[in-house]
Amino acid sequence: MFWSFFAAFITGILASLGVGGGMLLIIYLTVFAGFDQLSAQGINLLYFIPIALLAVIIHTRNKLINWRPLIPAIAAGIVGAVIGSIIARFIDKELLRTIFAVFVLVIGVKEILYKKQDDPELAKRNTAVSTKNIRGNFKTI
Amino acid sequence: MKKKSKGKGYYALCGALIGTVNGLFGSGGGVAAVPALKNAGLSVKESHASSLAVTLPLSAVSMAVYSLGQDFSWSDALPLIPFGLAGALIGGLVLKKISNVWLKRIFGGLLILAGGRMLLT
Repeated sequence: MFWSFFAAFITGILASLGVGGGMLLIIYLTVFAGFDQLSAQGINLLYFIPIALLAVIIHTRNKLINWRPLIPAIAAGIVGAVIGSIIARFIDKELLRTIFAVFVLVIGVKEILYKKQDDPELAKRNTAVSTKNIRGNFKTI
Repeated sequence: MKKKSKGKGYYALCGALIGTVNGLFGSGGGVAAVPALKNAGLSVKESHASSLAVTLPLSAVSMAVYSLGQDFSWSDALPLIPFGLAGALIGGLVLKKISNVWLKRIFGGLLILAGGRMLLT
């Protein structure tokens, strides 16, 4: 049980960084905790909801979310979500696990190839933060 | 490079794809949503925030469909939530300042190992 809590904690950190932690939680649940693929996916969906809700409230207050253009994405997404979930429920669990593994591999390769240049804003922000930290350290000295 | 803002059709198409992936795999909606939103002209921060705004309702719908067949039990998920919230809070407060390039590489490496293992066993 301890390791499940630990996995949930790490997944939460990754999720807040926008590094898709949900996949790792599912992998942990299936490989180490003995859940079947579909159960692990269901657990992750439920687990994700309160965490995302908290983040969405904070981001909306900080005016980082403009809801209007997202409405068509959510509306069409609901149809997709129903279809995707029904497929997940009715295909063979071993087949689902294999497709999931391929998906995980593809995302893994994509993340490894990620470059800082893809994220100019982040690079800028990191420089700003590190200068501030250096200054802060001088002050404390 | 300034990108044109995208129309309703683009958002609907991406949304349908994100919903299907997220429903099929019970995860991964964000991985598809962030680049789609960046491509629509949103900033990196806005893309991350908005991806959650999209995947939250879609996950709720998928969770409801999964629940219909009792494919998982709530009692397995609920104890994990406080730990996830604590992780998210700490991540939000502290780790936002750290470059996530290396984090992404480590995460990517883990996914490749795990995906490979899952395929072989």
